[in-house]
Amino acid sequence: MAVATQDSAVRTGRATRFVLYTVLLVFALFYLLPLFIMLVNSVKPLGEITGGSMIALPQTWTFEPWAKAWSEAQVGVEATGLRPYFWNSIRMVVPAVLISTILGALNGYVLTKWTFRGATVLFGLMLFSCFIPFQIVLIPMARVLGEIGLAGTTTGLVLVHVVYGIGFSTLYFRNYYAAFPTELVRAAQIDGAGFFQIFWRIMLPSSGPIIVVCVIWQFTNIWNDFLFGASFASGSAAPMTVALNNLVQSSTGVKEYNVHFAGAIMAALPTLLVYIVAGRYFVRGLMAGSVKG
Amino acid sequence: MGFLDINNATKSYGSVQVLHEVDIEVEEGEFLVLVGPSGCGKSTLLNMIAGLEEISSGEIAIKGQVMNGVHPSKRNIAMVFQSYALYPNMTVGKNITFGLEMHGVEKSTRDAALGDVAKLLQIEQLLDRKPGQLSGGQRQRVAMGRALVRDPDVFLFDEPLSNLDAKLRVDMRTEIKKLHQKLGTTIVYVTHDQIEALTLSTRIAVMNGGYVQQLGTPKEIYDTPSNLFVASFMGSPSMNLIPVTVRVEGNAVYADTTTGDGSPAALAFAAPSEVLKSYDGKTITLGIRPEAITDPEGADRNSTHIQSVETMVEVTEPAGSDTFVTCTLGGQECIARMRADADVQPGQKMPFTINMEKAVPFDPETENRIA
Repeated sequence: MAVATQDSAVRTGRATRFVLYTVLLVFALFYLLPLFIMLVNSVKPLGEITGGSMIALPQTWTFEPWAKAWSEAQVGVEATGLRPYFWNSIRMVVPAVLISTILGALNGYVLTKWTFRGATVLFGLMLFSCFIPFQIVLIPMARVLGEIGLAGTTTGLVLVHVVYGIGFSTLYFRNYYAAFPTELVRAAQIDGAGFFQIFWRIMLPSSGPIIVVCVIWQFTNIWNDFLFGASFASGSAAPMTVALNNLVQSSTGVKEYNVHFAGAIMAALPTLLVYIVAGRYFVRGLMAGSVKG
Repeated sequence: MGFLDINNATKSYGSVQVLHEVDIEVEEGEFLVLVGPSGCGKSTLLNMIAGLEEISSGEIAIKGQVMNGVHPSKRNIAMVFQSYALYPNMTVGKNITFGLEMHGVEKSTRDAALGDVAKLLQIEQLLDRKPGQLSGGQRQRVAMGRALVRDPDVFLFDEPLSNLDAKLRVDMRTEIKKLHQKLGTTIVYVTHDQIEALTLSTRIAVMNGGYVQQLGTPKEIYDTPSNLFVASFMGSPSMNLIPVTVRVEGNAVYADTTTGDGSPAALAFAAPSEVLKSYDGKTITLGIRPEAITDPEGADRNSTHIQSVETMVEVTEPAGSDTFVTCTLGGQECIARMRADADVQPGQKMPFTINMEKAVPFDPETENRIA
């Protein structure tokens, strides 16, 4: 085997390889350092942080900061911890991701398989929404939410994220379905399947990779959003990101860095989890359509 | 009134007309092949019969019922696509019965129909597999099964064999023909392969540029092509088209031409028509199939109009069953089909016998056959 690789492969010098791997290793460590510091300091008593080095491993291991961040810390008016806000985020992200993904899939299906005059222009306009900065729509959006009575609610946030998400989800599904053979749709039409039957029975079951891509993308964006959360759902309806900010920024009492670190990790965990579970489909899904088969 | 009536059907996209007044009547049990080069409108016509494309003007009727504007699923037709279009997420069995399910047929009836079709096509052992696990030939069978199970009035085939390798294509061709003979169904079949058209059909519509150039039985199309396009498109190697001058002598009409070395040769027409006589002194195009030019031993013994021309053999191409011999007539390269064991050598001067019963004269101006 070794002989084969040496003879057939393009050879890279040993020295070059050594340098390459060293540099990569250094970069990897550099990027892992913040995570390391967060983890280490979230399991230390506060005294060890204020009194000593942040990089050192804890002398006394304690999960007190985690418990405190979750259920006791002063975030809003009551000392509730991050727990209610975490559930706020879940209640926001799950429907928002599901609705925007399903609408995107339907849009992609119509734009590629039931094309009509002006479909391309319409798609272009939808794509436009991907490039509109959030800040521009803050005031009109606040106005609309107020008019329909959803200001300051999680439902209102779901609506905002669905509207913003449709652009991207439509882009994903349209491009995926453009490579999907139209003959299949025609065959199903002759077989007597209707618009939604074709969608549920033929299109969606073949859309696994792109659904994963869309879900990861939407989940990450919506979960991590701060601006819309802070603008449209303050107080007890605030999502996790806003609550974390409130926790860290609180100006009363001692700064409990260990609790802040624990809270920050909690806020990041769901997106990390989604990446770990579905990450390999992400790359596969992004490549789908570019290479046949 | 035929079983399937295509009545002055046209198709336009905006101001571009892609199909001009197509008029075809198909009888029950007929196997109609639409053949032509790509872009001739044959697939468009098929899609119009299927209801996948709107008809711009004219009408299409199945069993006397006008189908304009009727949804594909309500026309009682079934279609086999070029890519087979099997649903990738369903098993073979599900693929075949999906149409029945969508038409609200009960499960027990569906299963019985599936069993019959699977047996007919010998795909019983494949029913639980997904299309991705099948070979090209197996997919082809499943696609046909999906069409057969519906027991439709008309079967539509859109170049179903073009994705198969050469050997499998010939096998499946025979199989489709067998199936048609066994079931006696009405079939409209689109292909660009003229051999498929000749072997499968009971009638052929040769199309080009959105027009039906000729509609007729395979024999009519092959022996008496109505114009130069049909003559050169159908048959392989294609018909030799030689410029000749018409010379009338009493009742006899001769085609004057030259051999490879420029010496004159005269071929007497078998049964000259009055119209042909009116071309006296003019140059026309004479179409002769390769198999109508042979060596003297291979000439058709039933023909009473064998003419001999002495010219030079230029190239010989042994093809196993036949030997193709190239010579020059009227300044044009000419291909003769001879027996495999015909004794011919390049450079040799020998008599070529031409069966004038099979020669077809064309007017070079209008490109139509001189009747």
